[in-house]
Amino acid sequence: MAKSASQSGVLFRYGPEITGVASIVVAALIFEFLVRVGVVNRFVIPPPSDVIMALERVVVEENILARSGATAFEMIVAAFASVAVGVPIGALLYRSNLWRRAMEDWVGAMAAAPIVLAFPLFLVLFGRSPKTIIVMAFFHGLAPIILKTIEGLAGTRKVLINVGRSLNMTSSQLFWKILFPSALPVIFTGIRLSWTFVLITVVGVEYLINLGGLGQLINELAERYDLPGTYAAILFVILVSVFFFVLLERVELWLRPAR
Amino acid sequence: MAATGEMNAPARRPVAPAMGGAPVTARAVLMVRVLFALAILAAWEALSRSGLFYGEVIPSLTRIVASLGKLLVDPVFYKNLQVTALETGASLGIGAAAGITTGIILGANRFLMRAFEPYVYYLSPTPRIILFPVMIMWFGVGPASKVALGALSAYFAIALSTAAGMRQIDQILIRVGRSFRATTWQMATKIYLPAMRVPILNGLRLGMGTAIITVLLAETKLSNQGLGYMIMQVYTRFDMPGLYALLIVVFAIAGACNALIGKLAREQI
Repeated sequence: MAKSASQSGVLFRYGPEITGVASIVVAALIFEFLVRVGVVNRFVIPPPSDVIMALERVVVEENILARSGATAFEMIVAAFASVAVGVPIGALLYRSNLWRRAMEDWVGAMAAAPIVLAFPLFLVLFGRSPKTIIVMAFFHGLAPIILKTIEGLAGTRKVLINVGRSLNMTSSQLFWKILFPSALPVIFTGIRLSWTFVLITVVGVEYLINLGGLGQLINELAERYDLPGTYAAILFVILVSVFFFVLLERVELWLRPAR
Repeated sequence: MAATGEMNAPARRPVAPAMGGAPVTARAVLMVRVLFALAILAAWEALSRSGLFYGEVIPSLTRIVASLGKLLVDPVFYKNLQVTALETGASLGIGAAAGITTGIILGANRFLMRAFEPYVYYLSPTPRIILFPVMIMWFGVGPASKVALGALSAYFAIALSTAAGMRQIDQILIRVGRSFRATTWQMATKIYLPAMRVPILNGLRLGMGTAIITVLLAETKLSNQGLGYMIMQVYTRFDMPGLYALLIVVFAIAGACNALIGKLAREQI
């Protein structure tokens, strides 16, 4: 009795989430049925069961560990380079009202600019190598960090700065002991956005120029017309991306001060 | 793109005075901008003439400007621009219709929000271009696959923005509508949609940005028309001044569209 009551409690509490998962399962089953009875062409949409089976094949036969490593390497280099360059630029712009007002809109425009479209240009400048992917991802990831660094430093509570000044802190001490720690949660929001851009650019450019890791895998499987494999690889990349975003969000929540 | 959304909607916030900050005039800001732009152009020209790079990789500014002029009077450019504009417009139309509908449904119903919004939210920042092979299989190699991919890109930003806007509607407005016994249609057209104008326009701005990029990228991958195709053509011919000119124009168009919808969103009713 108590057990059934607790089960219904779980159903009631997590009803929407269970409905969401169940809807996906039902949709997959409907597609499976439609493909198997021939309503949907299996050469356009493979049966979901084939895609799930192909997931194992893609992982085992397509050297996915090495490919993930290549993508991760490009991402890590671009991501940390964005932080290493973006935070100091943001801090420098914060220190000068004139430069901040002059440049902030331009940096904002850079964040919205379709940098990834310039991949043919970067191919000419850096060759068909991971360098091209890393440089493009670096530029795409730079603007959010600069903007959020300025925002974080500018959002420091006046009272904290006054406390620092009343303690006769030097400019450097004020920055490292007061401003930077106070701005860190906002800076990390910039890092999360930046690294999301970096991931999108790395995988996207890998796919477009058929080079590197996971993006190239999707391109190769599509060119081989390995439909279940292509769908499985796309599913894998989406799952990895979602895992990455969730991880970044968790770190951001952890860094955010309690309200 | 949720991520882009957080970036692109920064409110003009009051900033704490910077360390040692002084009042700044608009004239001084303009001067810094002009000087910075001139310094970049001068550096470019110096690099171009330095011989450090192969001449074609960093062409001189005069050659880029000449290519830009040639491009802007070339009928082929306008033909390709028309194709890309039509594909982007169709993408945005389909993405907006689907996104606004989804946003209203998710925003109006807490159960459906909890059931499905996490999927929309977490799928929104994934790299969409990797879905292009699927779109080719579903819609062929013609414009339809670019439109479908563009619509899918626009959909997520618009759906999330609309759902958030729906939840932010002032309950008093809704109660006023109900007290006047407004019909569902009247509630939608007189209360909900006017109240959600700004979030919907913000969603459209973000959606259009991602739709333009996605359509152009898809054109660079597999197409025989459109600006993306044109970019690949000049790249294949190694016409670097032409490539720079085309990229300048594409960036300017994307920026202008973004600014236009942003202005619409900021304007008061």
